Amino acid sequence: MSETLLEIRGLTITARSGGKTSTLVEDASLTLNRGEVLGLIGESGAGKSTLGLAAMGFARDGCRLARGSVVFDGQDLVKMPERRRRRLRGARVAYVAQSAAASFNPARTLLEQTIEAPLRHGLMTRAEAEREAIALYTRLRLPDPETIGRRYPHQVSGGQLQRAMTAMAMITRPDLIVFDEPTTALDVTTQVEVLAAIRDAVAELDTAAIYITHDLAVVAQMADRIMVMRHGKVVEEGETAALMSNPQADYTKSLWSVREFRAQTKPPSSAAPHVEARGIVATYGDAPVLHGVDLSIQPGRTLAVIGESGSGKSTLARVISGLLPAREGECRMHGEALPPSYRQRSREDLRRVQMIFQMADTALNPKIKVRDALGRALTRLMGLRGRAREERLHQLMREIDMDPAIHLDRYPGELSGGQKQRIAIARALAAEPEFLICDEVTSALDQVVAEEILRLLDRLQRERGLTMMFITHDIATVRALADDVVVMKDGHVVAAGQKDDVLDRPTDPYVRTLMESAPEMDPAWLDRLLASRAA
Amino acid sequence: MTRLAVLRSAPPTAWFGLLVLTVVALLALFAPFAAPYGEREVVAGPFEVWSESHWLGTDNLGRDMLSRLIWGARNTIGMALLTTMIAFVVGAATGLLAGTVGGWADRLLAWIVDVIMAMPSLILALLLISIFGASTAMLIGIIAAIEATRVFRLSRAVAMNITVMEYLDAARLRGESLPSILWREVLPNASAPLVAEFGLRFCFVFLFVSSLSFLGLGIQPPTADWGSMVRDNATLITYGDVTPLLPAAAIALVTVSVNLVVDWVLHRSSGLKD
Repeated sequence: MSETLLEIRGLTITARSGGKTSTLVEDASLTLNRGEVLGLIGESGAGKSTLGLAAMGFARDGCRLARGSVVFDGQDLVKMPERRRRRLRGARVAYVAQSAAASFNPARTLLEQTIEAPLRHGLMTRAEAEREAIALYTRLRLPDPETIGRRYPHQVSGGQLQRAMTAMAMITRPDLIVFDEPTTALDVTTQVEVLAAIRDAVAELDTAAIYITHDLAVVAQMADRIMVMRHGKVVEEGETAALMSNPQADYTKSLWSVREFRAQTKPPSSAAPHVEARGIVATYGDAPVLHGVDLSIQPGRTLAVIGESGSGKSTLARVISGLLPAREGECRMHGEALPPSYRQRSREDLRRVQMIFQMADTALNPKIKVRDALGRALTRLMGLRGRAREERLHQLMREIDMDPAIHLDRYPGELSGGQKQRIAIARALAAEPEFLICDEVTSALDQVVAEEILRLLDRLQRERGLTMMFITHDIATVRALADDVVVMKDGHVVAAGQKDDVLDRPTDPYVRTLMESAPEMDPAWLDRLLASRAA
Repeated sequence: MTRLAVLRSAPPTAWFGLLVLTVVALLALFAPFAAPYGEREVVAGPFEVWSESHWLGTDNLGRDMLSRLIWGARNTIGMALLTTMIAFVVGAATGLLAGTVGGWADRLLAWIVDVIMAMPSLILALLLISIFGASTAMLIGIIAAIEATRVFRLSRAVAMNITVMEYLDAARLRGESLPSILWREVLPNASAPLVAEFGLRFCFVFLFVSSLSFLGLGIQPPTADWGSMVRDNATLITYGDVTPLLPAAAIALVTVSVNLVVDWVLHRSSGLKD
């Protein structure tokens, strides 16, 4: 039996806002042994980050550790005076945040920031700290560990920055590190490197860690034990392998099964393309983004455009919709060229092509009620008014499984993330489009909600015979929904064809790396991948 | 929250501000009934002391001080309010337009505004008044033009943050016209900072008008006005009489009160709690 490092008992965390008190975490208990990695999983708002911070005796502004105890190495952090807690932080407990880019000071070099904590706490001399930092950079497999510390945060990539932040957390050899979604903002190919680096460094230095994520496949690779949270309560806890193979609670089972959805694949067809793009060249100012992109979508089919951030996939959507006129090349619909800019397109052209955006939060005007948001689209593009408009509104709401009586008169701020995205879908459907562009429509949503949105889109497509272009970076989503696939990298199309051909029999080396890097639920996946890469 | 509940949650400072502004506004509106004497009426000898019939004495020409203070509220505040509103309509309309449209129209407008803002506003105002004269309409026009540049800057910055939102893309793809995009999509989201700015701008305009009047270039006699009242009666200070300080105190009181209310509105609209 190894030694207990952290013991949280009956912890309740409350938040006060606008005179109301709400409970963020209720009666949570956990035990963490030295050198153990605990995965904390749940959807957004489940209280995982709040609990993770509480493990360091910290509560965000407006939050309070109301009841219970957080005993770290025999000392209760809740009762401890703030001065002593501060001495622990950065020395014996450390935190790695989701966005390294936002957590680094852009005006100071990586090395200065890495060695700040041990110098501030008087644990090492500058020379010792610098030596230690370089050793950690090496351990975390950063390129040029001797000199990378002299760079500024903007001079390294996102994955490197995340590893530098891990080095910053580990330099004082803390007993506990809290990782809060450290790879969520990274591309999949980068994520693999960061995951492997973090896991090995944590194991070699025998550091205990709390690893917070919403991604099951990631937590399966990282954690010894997993704790599932929902609505601030602990739902289930267990050893990783046991919990993955045999979940007990209904909620855990539903989380586990989200990636099982598969739309019916349509048989290959030889129909004339519905939408085509030919030799699209696009730039932002003078910076080239797309270098001659071709694609074609046949009527009633779903084309998934996959690529990592910066590959130009969202730009392609903006070009086809007319928001960003192409420098060269043209978009065609039913063989006829569409004017490059939305300003030149007829109302009918605008109606036929509809776009759904990634963030429903910014795609819906927060000051306009659902009724007016949808109603405006009906009036502008379909010419509906009065009774006819009202009837169509109700019909639309029922189509997206929402209650017109309740939700029509709400502001977007009064809806959940999934409901907002449904309204955004309804707004696109209001125009009765032929062609629907979905730009990362599920990536800002929790997995369970995302799956409901995918099912909804699939149903609507079948009912209406829509042609869809589905932009995503998530391979699982592509497998669930697509008929055909286009893979993009640096503004070029590197592979295109039917889903199975492109994904399962990749000929392009980049596509192969991309496929391998998508995390799988099997806890042995990362080991296998690393072994096969080393060989 | 209902309006009443919002008011109830206001801090004491905001309450104080609201109370003062309400009283001043009522006095200004009902000046003919509230003031014991007429605005330009010479009722006694010059510089009479405080008495039963003239609570605050009389001024350099023998007009009732209290009556002129009340009439002055009407003139000074009324003019400042009108000027601020003109500055806002002009500044916000051009600012939101420039921020939303971008491109050369934005650059041209921003360039013109930069040129105007590069000159100290009081000196620019003095220059323009000496060219065009100090009629009330001209004063309002000149001050509104100068203050509109500040409003332009703010509204442009706010609109630039809104124009990158995807709901504007959605509106563009719906084929909405520019006025409709500005009115339906941009303005409602820009209103909170603009409302707060209105209060602050009003203070600046109010002080601006008073300064010009004090210099003798603002509201012209015999119209009652707080700034010129300070100047006309300034000699009394040498005799240790506080009367000439009363209009100055009124200027300070109104400015501070507006600021207290604006602070509260800003605090609420920025979502800062506690």
